[in-house]
Amino acid sequence: MKFGVLVFPGSNCDHDAYWTLKNVAHQPATFLWHESHDLENCDAIIVPGGFAYGDYLRTGAIAKFSPVMESVKKFAASGGLVLGICNGFQIIAESGLLPGALMRNAGLKYVCKNADVRVEATDTPFTNACKEGEVLTIPIGHMDGNYYCDDATLAELERTNRVVFRYCTPDGRVTPEANPNGSLENIAGICNEGRNVLGMMPHPERSGEAILGCADGFKIFQSMVNVGVNALAAR
Amino acid sequence: MKAHVYVSLKKTVLDPQGKTIQGALKKMGYQGLGDVRQGKFFEIALNGGLTKEQATAEVEKMAREVLTNPVIEEFRFTVEE
Repeated sequence: MKFGVLVFPGSNCDHDAYWTLKNVAHQPATFLWHESHDLENCDAIIVPGGFAYGDYLRTGAIAKFSPVMESVKKFAASGGLVLGICNGFQIIAESGLLPGALMRNAGLKYVCKNADVRVEATDTPFTNACKEGEVLTIPIGHMDGNYYCDDATLAELERTNRVVFRYCTPDGRVTPEANPNGSLENIAGICNEGRNVLGMMPHPERSGEAILGCADGFKIFQSMVNVGVNALAAR
Repeated sequence: MKAHVYVSLKKTVLDPQGKTIQGALKKMGYQGLGDVRQGKFFEIALNGGLTKEQATAEVEKMAREVLTNPVIEEFRFTVEE
């Protein structure tokens, strides 16, 4: 399974994601520059964290107009796997690949810590290696992670089981205290209708192997690799 | 020509910055304080001989497609000769 990691000016988690894919998951991976339309026949795209184009106007506001995102939108529409992490989530939400928006944290502060998230849906290419209700510890580091959408969109997300992760206590209870940024319904990650696009604020690449203190995040990459393995077996 | 674009969060969206500013103003003793909401302001100089009509269309497009996120924000603007 070939992974492409997008690189914008200001991306700063691109190398971490690349490392995890290449050296932990042992998959072919390549960087894809923001000015290129060519996704180089990748099977999955990672939109990494950071501050694309500086995020000066609004997170993801300029990145959504980049040539590479035009190709990513087409790729996603044809069923390709797209994982947006943190700033990547903000970018794909701005691009319209996912509904809603990531607003300034309710506490107005940058939050950087380990977060516990409960896996709410395992029928996605990003969580098939997880158990339903499993609690993963994955670091967060963001200023604008406060997920918002209107009531109709929220109802639709819930009805179609597209809330993939929720912030929770270490024992898996979804409480206001466990919500680090004011996100609606403790939402930490959602997927699109086709379930092939996932956006999440926590950084799985920062908990991608044991030496980092926690390897829970690796399950996200493992799940994506499983999709490739299963596709090969079905051939 | 000059355009002024005002961007604010939709009324239905919580504004934690506005809330915090309101709290600070209250603490300072300002009387009769209602809700406080904050936003962004852009002053855009337009060169190149556009008619006012063209400039208005240009600014409207700019505000809608770039300066705001329609999911959470709304805008109004003026264009002056």
